[in-house]
Amino acid sequence: MSLLGIDRLSLKIHGTPILKDVSFAVDPGRILGVIGESGSGKSMTAFSVLQLLPNGAECTGNISLAGKDILTCSETELCSIRGREVGMVFQEPMTALNPLQTIGAQVAETILVHENVSKAEAMTRAAKALQRAELPQEKFPLSRYPHELSGGQRQRVVIAMAIALRPKLLIADEPTTALDVTTQAQILDLLKRLVAEDDMGLMLISHDLAVVADLADDLVIMQQGEVVENGPARSLFGAMQHPYSRALLEASSHVPDRLGEAHKTSLLQVRNVVRDYQQHVHGWWGATTHFRAVNDVSFDIRRGESLGLVGESGCGKSTLTRAILGLEEVQGGEILFDGQPVFTHHHANKDVRRRMQVVFQDPYGSFNPRWRVEKLVSEPFHLLQTPLHGHERENAVVEALESVGLGAEDRHKYIHEFSGGQRQRIAIARALIIKPDLIILDEAVSALDVSVRAQVLDLLADLGDRFNLTYLFISHDLSVVRSITDRVLVMKAGEIVEGGPTDAVFDHPNHDYTKQLVAAAPVLPVGAA
Amino acid sequence: MLRYFLKRLLSLALSLVAASVVIFLALEVVPGDPAAYMLGLNAQEDTLNALREQLGLNGTILERYLSWAGGLLTGDFGISYTYRTPVSEMIGDRLWVSLPLALYALTLSTLIAFPAGIWAASRRGSYVDTGVMGATQLGVAIPNFWFAMLMVLVFAINLRWFSAGGFAGWEAGFLAGMKSLTLPAIALALPQASILTRVMRSSLLDTLSEDFIRTARAKGLTRAQAMWRHALRNALIPVLTIMGLQFSFLLAGAIIIENVFYLPGLGRLVFQAISARDLIVVESVVMLLVFAVIVVNFAVDLAYALVDPRLRRRR
Repeated sequence: MSLLGIDRLSLKIHGTPILKDVSFAVDPGRILGVIGESGSGKSMTAFSVLQLLPNGAECTGNISLAGKDILTCSETELCSIRGREVGMVFQEPMTALNPLQTIGAQVAETILVHENVSKAEAMTRAAKALQRAELPQEKFPLSRYPHELSGGQRQRVVIAMAIALRPKLLIADEPTTALDVTTQAQILDLLKRLVAEDDMGLMLISHDLAVVADLADDLVIMQQGEVVENGPARSLFGAMQHPYSRALLEASSHVPDRLGEAHKTSLLQVRNVVRDYQQHVHGWWGATTHFRAVNDVSFDIRRGESLGLVGESGCGKSTLTRAILGLEEVQGGEILFDGQPVFTHHHANKDVRRRMQVVFQDPYGSFNPRWRVEKLVSEPFHLLQTPLHGHERENAVVEALESVGLGAEDRHKYIHEFSGGQRQRIAIARALIIKPDLIILDEAVSALDVSVRAQVLDLLADLGDRFNLTYLFISHDLSVVRSITDRVLVMKAGEIVEGGPTDAVFDHPNHDYTKQLVAAAPVLPVGAA
Repeated sequence: MLRYFLKRLLSLALSLVAASVVIFLALEVVPGDPAAYMLGLNAQEDTLNALREQLGLNGTILERYLSWAGGLLTGDFGISYTYRTPVSEMIGDRLWVSLPLALYALTLSTLIAFPAGIWAASRRGSYVDTGVMGATQLGVAIPNFWFAMLMVLVFAINLRWFSAGGFAGWEAGFLAGMKSLTLPAIALALPQASILTRVMRSSLLDTLSEDFIRTARAKGLTRAQAMWRHALRNALIPVLTIMGLQFSFLLAGAIIIENVFYLPGLGRLVFQAISARDLIVVESVVMLLVFAVIVVNFAVDLAYALVDPRLRRRR
């Protein structure tokens, strides 16, 4: 018998069907990958197992955990199962911990809730759990607070909490989605090791096929609350049957068609740029110290080219972007756009500024919710000396919306009426409307589901060819950068450590750091699709 | 932590200096000569001058500011223009009524608001929640002087449990003093408790929807345990802010309630001093209230740091 058996599970929340006849099983010592896009019901399935569902939720079917029928358990029984028999790791390590309690107290709490032991003993065991999650006491004492740790370290604390009582089943809901590639690889290795050591069952939920492919023994693919494909990972990747799974696989490794004709002339020249931040002052009248976020960076972007910039969080990518856009003054070097400086007399050079636009990561946070699309899209007009008015303005908005695949009527809607992918199209329309030469894409597709991401990448490739656009594509996702850029720069700690044609850099990395990144990036198995 | 403390302390000192300058200048530009007011319409010019000299009204603005501010530092608030007694004595007497009243009202409001807010938040959307929210709506809407008069009618005139007004004095014993402050404190606490309940409830509901509450539940904590151990302390920050503001208000804003109950408090003193154009008393009381507000804010800042380790960070 399986450790966790889910049989014809259906879930309704206030009458709205969320899950339909979901069935699968997890065995001890095995890793089950649950894959699906947002809204596929993968997280809700996990919360059903713990019965941590929102108000108005109604489950039917059967969930059995080590022989116990979860759906008939009382709340008291469920509390003794949660944390003791099932541990859970969540997506967002930055907010998953209580900011006011030490990590020691939070890990020890798992033990204190379930076992009648002294606080001192619980702390000793918490230290052991943290040690197992690779947070040794010497470097990370129990008295640390969450804000003193990085995202990856916090995720280790959450893992230590989940495994402190050596549960039979561990559920990890997108445990590495918010983390950098190298940290992701470390966390996945850790989970794999813990599964082997404790003979636990692991239910690993992800939207990323490549992450799961490396790790899972079995796979479940979900779409709109239903399981569409189910089987051992090894054989499934070679022979996916359901059209949705195949589409998902295709989208994950999608490479858009591009003509990719770069001119010889440089559009943007970055020369020995240095960006210092003033840090805290030591003592009351002490000297200020500086943090060098960008150190002596030089590169060119040629007209019509698509250049990738990869690196982990904190490497200086975003600082460099702000400097290129003329939002912040640099402390050394110069940035020239078509021969003109982007920053003159302590102000952004407007002549240059209107020829560059940017698309940000978050399709939810980067729009004013009280404006209609028409106003949102036409916002960059304020950069023009003679902004368009009346019919001309309306025509420009319609043209921009239509060029990104939206309808003319969409201009009267508000942003909440659109999905994440549509919002990102609107962001691109906003960037296109004043016909810029350079578009900076700052993690522009990172928050999107794979199939939507593939569509947006196709759109970008198409627009690039049609309008002869130049792209600076900033991302931590190597596979995306690989699919859409001609050249790539690798950035680490404020410096460019390697650069060259994208395929050459990723196939034969020279710098150690690039090698690390490439090795850490999850890849789909060869022969898939 | 020490650095945070020193920084707060420096900001406290600077705020006090800035406030004293503003108060002094504001009263300087107010028309009306206290000496002329005291001596009446037919006063002789030389008598007026003599009185101005005696009151310290002559001299440059800077001299007068420095002598006033210097006096404040040594506890010498000057002499009241109308009563001819040291202002410090007058304020001292009144403070012994106003300060206990404010503390009493704040304690009552906290004792009502914390349980009510927590109760409503833990049963969100239930009849309890609706009931508590309705009651707080009423509590904010009812003017406290009207409620005070209602209480006088019921508890003083009909039931004869309390006196209708006046202050027994602390010489009559602690309990007698507290008894005469009870009705005013309730009248003051009611609207404050209503506001605080709403803040407590919404802050707690915000915290309860945070990710770390879900983490706590996944560890096996019950809903109630997750709330007491994880949500409550996180929810306290906005509540502390409001409590700080309320205390300052209670100390200074009790004018109407003090009048309803004939309490010899600071509010009544300011009221009388303004009508008598006793500027030195007004200046001193306002300065004292500003001092109280700033010190309370300082205390609230320190309380933040006690609650939230992120503020203690030495960076």
